[in-house]
Formats: sequence, structure tokens, C-alpha cells
Amino acid sequence: MTAQTIQTAAIDPKAEAAIQLIDVHKWYGEFHVLRDINLSVRRGERIVICGPSGSGKSTMIRCINRLEEHQKGRIIVDGTELTNDLKRIDEVRKDVGMVFQHFNLFPHLTILENCTLAPIWVKKMPKKEAEEIAMHYLKRVKIPEQANKYPGQLSGGQQQRVAIARSLCMSPKIMLFDEPTSALDPEMVKEVLDTMVGLAEEGMTMLCVTHEMGFARQVADRVIFMDYGQIVEMNTPDEFFKNPQHERTKLFLSQILH
Amino acid sequence: MSTTVDIPRFVQAKQVEALPPPNLARGPVAWIRENLFSGPFNTILTLVVFYLLYVSVPPLMKFLFIDAVWSGTDRAACRADMGGRETGACWAFIRDKISYFTYGSYTVSERWRVDIFFALLAIGVGWLLWLRAPRRDLGAIYFFWLFPVFSYILLTGGNADFSGRFWIGFLILGALLVALLAFLAVILKASLRTALIIGGGIVGVIGITLALMDMDFGLRHVPTALWGGILVTLLVATVGIVFSLPFGILLALGRRSKLPIVRMASVIFIEFVRGVPLITVLIMANTMLPLFLPGDMTVDRLMRPLIGTAFFASAYMAEVVRGGLQAMPKGQYEGAQSLGLSYPQMMILIILPQALRIVIPGIVNTFIGLFKDTSLVAIVGIFDLVKTIEASRIDPNWAAPSISLTGYAFAALFYFIFCFGMSRYSLGVERRLASGHKR
Repeated sequence: MTAQTIQTAAIDPKAEAAIQLIDVHKWYGEFHVLRDINLSVRRGERIVICGPSGSGKSTMIRCINRLEEHQKGRIIVDGTELTNDLKRIDEVRKDVGMVFQHFNLFPHLTILENCTLAPIWVKKMPKKEAEEIAMHYLKRVKIPEQANKYPGQLSGGQQQRVAIARSLCMSPKIMLFDEPTSALDPEMVKEVLDTMVGLAEEGMTMLCVTHEMGFARQVADRVIFMDYGQIVEMNTPDEFFKNPQHERTKLFLSQILH
Repeated sequence: MSTTVDIPRFVQAKQVEALPPPNLARGPVAWIRENLFSGPFNTILTLVVFYLLYVSVPPLMKFLFIDAVWSGTDRAACRADMGGRETGACWAFIRDKISYFTYGSYTVSERWRVDIFFALLAIGVGWLLWLRAPRRDLGAIYFFWLFPVFSYILLTGGNADFSGRFWIGFLILGALLVALLAFLAVILKASLRTALIIGGGIVGVIGITLALMDMDFGLRHVPTALWGGILVTLLVATVGIVFSLPFGILLALGRRSKLPIVRMASVIFIEFVRGVPLITVLIMANTMLPLFLPGDMTVDRLMRPLIGTAFFASAYMAEVVRGGLQAMPKGQYEGAQSLGLSYPQMMILIILPQALRIVIPGIVNTFIGLFKDTSLVAIVGIFDLVKTIEASRIDPNWAAPSISLTGYAFAALFYFIFCFGMSRYSLGVERRLASGHKR
């Protein structure tokens, strides 16, 4: 018990780290998906995570807003440690935005309603104010004219930009991207990446699972390579692409960079 | 041998302009040929169907309308041996008995109260079902609170005559409820003020309701044993429909809950009620419910089958709703969670609106089944429409060969109008809800 108290006391809420993962393990049944993950993300840092499919990249970032539960180790987001306490989970989710591979917009609500829903119900913001904020972010992702349409009437790229705007409406401190361009037609990848680059340039803390290596080179502070549930390599983009250390990384890069 | 491809033949040199579709409009003859006589098999089928229609429709029309007897005061009009016609339906019988079919044995001088109930019901249903009606939130308050209270007072006469002990018991229970909510709020670290407002609101609403039921409006008491006919059929169906949807949703959510006790309780309730015939449920509600309750408490004999049918329909509804919940992609839950919505917010705002829309056909199917199943309450001695017809057709005053057929034809017509109405309405809602989401 005393050890626990000391450890808890050691967390400094004003610490520079936006996200800390300490000795995190996770199992799906018998399958060990995350093995001893240690990662510390500074405020304003942009991190790109890549790796072969099934390596645990998505699982790792989904643990950060507790869409997945870790079974061992500690995850501290913006000074709040994630435990079974629902209140803390809600607290963390308010500050962490997430963009999914398949957008996950709400098809029965208009674009504007998609964006104002969480501010109105979670932040208890007046409807008018929420709509102003939503329109602001929809302008930023360059689709204000679609505000009264339904998600099904938009192209994939437009839907993903709406999903980004929807997250931004909650003014998150951290944004998680889970393969945001993987389900898009090639022609639409750029419009989404441009939005993300704009966001990165404004100093948003970002964790991005993606295979868009151009994006990694352009904005990432660090690139992480994962394999078999472990962080195998972590480096600046320059070093990562020029000078990969690990055999597995070399093989991976040779396959996706042709 | 050359394998070169003649490229210019395959690649468009110019942009092809968009053209209007070829003209598909053709005359009725072409339509008939295409749809009714497109091949030998289709032709045979068409002829068989036409023959069946020829055999069944004209005699039915002849019985129901052409040969029918429309007026008369007793059996003489519908008996050949007494100077009437007996080949057609005896609508005179229905006209003579219509007030019995509508009100049952309800005290004759008080039947205006039932008429007001029908009018209030029509207003409530219209208000809620007309999707563009003004202030549907007020409509919901009217339909789910004011209308039931007024109906209770109107139909029974109110003046429930609660004892002083009852009121003391109510006050104690109310105080306990408020205290429990406040306690929960403290434990869950939620706002204490909200908890007190909610608790006070619930106790207040129930208190006002009970006070209204207790008040003496000078209406004569009409015991439920006298109610009958369409009044009872509509009452049982309305209570069943209104109760089964929310309770079914709760059961479905309970069955998918992660909490083992909630899940087990839901599964046991659903499987038990669904695995037993409605007649058994009704008989059990009628004879066993009083056994479970303390000795001095009695449940009205109309109330028992009401509870039985409502529970029965809820179990079916729960499975329909569960089907819709299971059809929801996981991404919708994750999208809602990642925005920080709480479980109730996620369910009410995101998941249920979509899940319920998927299962509208199933929900209406259950409603229609329930509406027709109300005729089974006759088994425990309630005089619903079918039972009143049963009782009237053996009336010696109206002893004539076509009386039974006419009575059942009337019942069929009544049930068909309501069920068909529900079916058409749900189709309209489906179309309306689908329009916004399609490309």
C-alpha cells in the first residue's frame, strides 16, 4: 500500500508530459497484444506510429482514451491516471479527440448536429454558441457549405474532415488519429492530410497511426515502429528513414517505400 | 502473329455527353403483356389467380353488401321464414348492438364519459403520430401523464378514497426515494441539487397524480366488471403498446449489460414470459398475482390481464430491440465514447435512434400481434369486443342464420382497420426517416 502511495505521489500533474505509458501490457484473452510499452509524449509533440498490421499500434492509441482497457502498467493522460473510475475516464475523453479509420460519424444527424452534439451534452454549452464553434471548425476544414447535409451525402474525404472538425469542437488538448486515410480513395487522401498538417502546425499534441510516410517526414517529431506488440524503434523522422536500426524496420520500410 | 490492340477503337477520343435514359413509358397493353403474360408459367398463374378472384370476391360482395339487410329491429328482418332475407349479412344486428359492442355493460347514463375517453385518446394518438404536429413534447406529457390520469378518473369515476394511512405511507416512501437519490448522488459525486430536484419531481408528479385520483369529482363509480367491447379492446391495446416499448427497450439494454445480475434478471424475465403461452400468462396474472401481494391489497380484475399482456408484449419487444442494437456497428459506440458522452447519453442520442429505426417493421409487427392478442383477455372473463359479439350472437331476439357470420365479419373489419392503419403508418415513417440518409 505504501509503495502505491509513493508512486501516485510521484506523478506531477504539471509535468511536461501530455501522455505517459509506463510498463503497459494488454491481453486479448490469451493473446498478448501490448508488451511492456513505455512512452512519454511531451505537450505539442507530433508522433507518427507505424508498423505491420496486428502489431498493436491501434490498440495502443485506443488505450489512451480507454476505448481499450490495459491490464497491467499505468497510463497517465494530462495528469490523470486511467483506472476503472468512470469519472476519470470521462475527464480524459473530454480532453482527447479521436479520428477513426471509418469516420464513425452519426448517420442520423446532420453534419452540424454531429459537431454540436458533444459540446451541448458533455460541455453543457448553449446551442447557439456550439453552432458558432462548429461552423468555425467546419470552415477550417473547408466544408461549411455541407453543414445541413447528412454524412451519407458526403464523400469519404469530406466525412473524415467532418470527423476531425467534430473532435476539434470539444477543444481537445490531444488528438489521436487511427489510420485516418486508410479507408479513403487515393484522390481524397491529400485533403485530409492537409487538414492534419494544418493542425500539427498549430502545435496540437498528436498521435497518429498512419502509413503516410510523406506526412511523417513533414510533421512528425518522432516516428515509432511497432512489431509484435512492442515498440521496436523510435527516432526522429530523418534518422528513422535514412538510418533504420532494426532488421524488422528495414524490411518494413523497404516494402512500403519501394 | 501480332498482339497489338487497335487502341483507337477502345479509347474515347471525345468526352461523351450525358444522355437522357431511353424512353420507358409504354401503353397499358405492353404493361399487361410484360407483367401478366410474359411466359407460359406466368400466364397460367395469372389465369389461376383470376379464377380464384372470380370464385371468392363476387359471393363475398353479394353476402356483405348486395344481399345484406341494413335495417330492422329484431330477427324477423334476417329470417326468410319471418318475411326477411337470410342470404346476406344482417347489418341490422350490428346497428342494434353497436352500443353494446362499444361500451359493454358500462352504465348507460354514464357512457358520455367513454366517448370523451375515445376523443382524448384520438387527440393524444394524433398529436404524437403526426410528425409535424406543434409542440410534440407537450403531446408526450399529455399522452403519458395527463391522459392516463384523466382517463382513470373519467372511466372509473375517480374518488379512489385513499386512507390516511395510505398517504402517510406515500410520504414515507417519497422521503426514502429522495434520500436514496441524494445518497447515490453523493456516492457517484454527481450534483446533489440535481438529484434533489429529480427526486422531488418524481414524488411530486406521483403525489399530484394520486391526489387527482383521490379527489371527488361527483362522478358515479363504474366498476370495471361492467366495462367491455371496443372500450376494453382499445384500453388493453393502448396500455400494452405504451408500456411494452419502453419496458422492452430497458429489458433489451439489460440483456446486453455487462453487469451479471442485471443481465441474468433480464434474460430470465424475457425467456420465461416468452416461453409461456399468453393464455397461461393471463391466467397466472389473474389467479396468482393476488397470491404474491399482501392480503389486504387487491388488484382490479381488469388490471390483472392488463399487466399480463403488457409484460408479454415487453418480452417480445425486448428481443426485437435487441436485434436492432446488435445491428449497430461498434464504431458508433466508439465515436460516441471518444467524444466523452456518458452511457445514457450515448444510448439515447446515438444508439437507440438508429437501432429503433432499423427495427420499425419488427416493432410494428409486435404491436399488431399485441392488438389482436387482446382478444384473449376474454379467457379470464373480460368482455372485449370479440367476447361481446360472442355474447350477442346467441341472443334469442336475434336468432337468425347469418348473425354469427355478420358478427365475426364486423370483428374482422374492426381489427383489420386498426392493424392496416398501423402498418401503413409505419411504412410512412420508414420512408420519411430513410429519406434524409440516402444519397
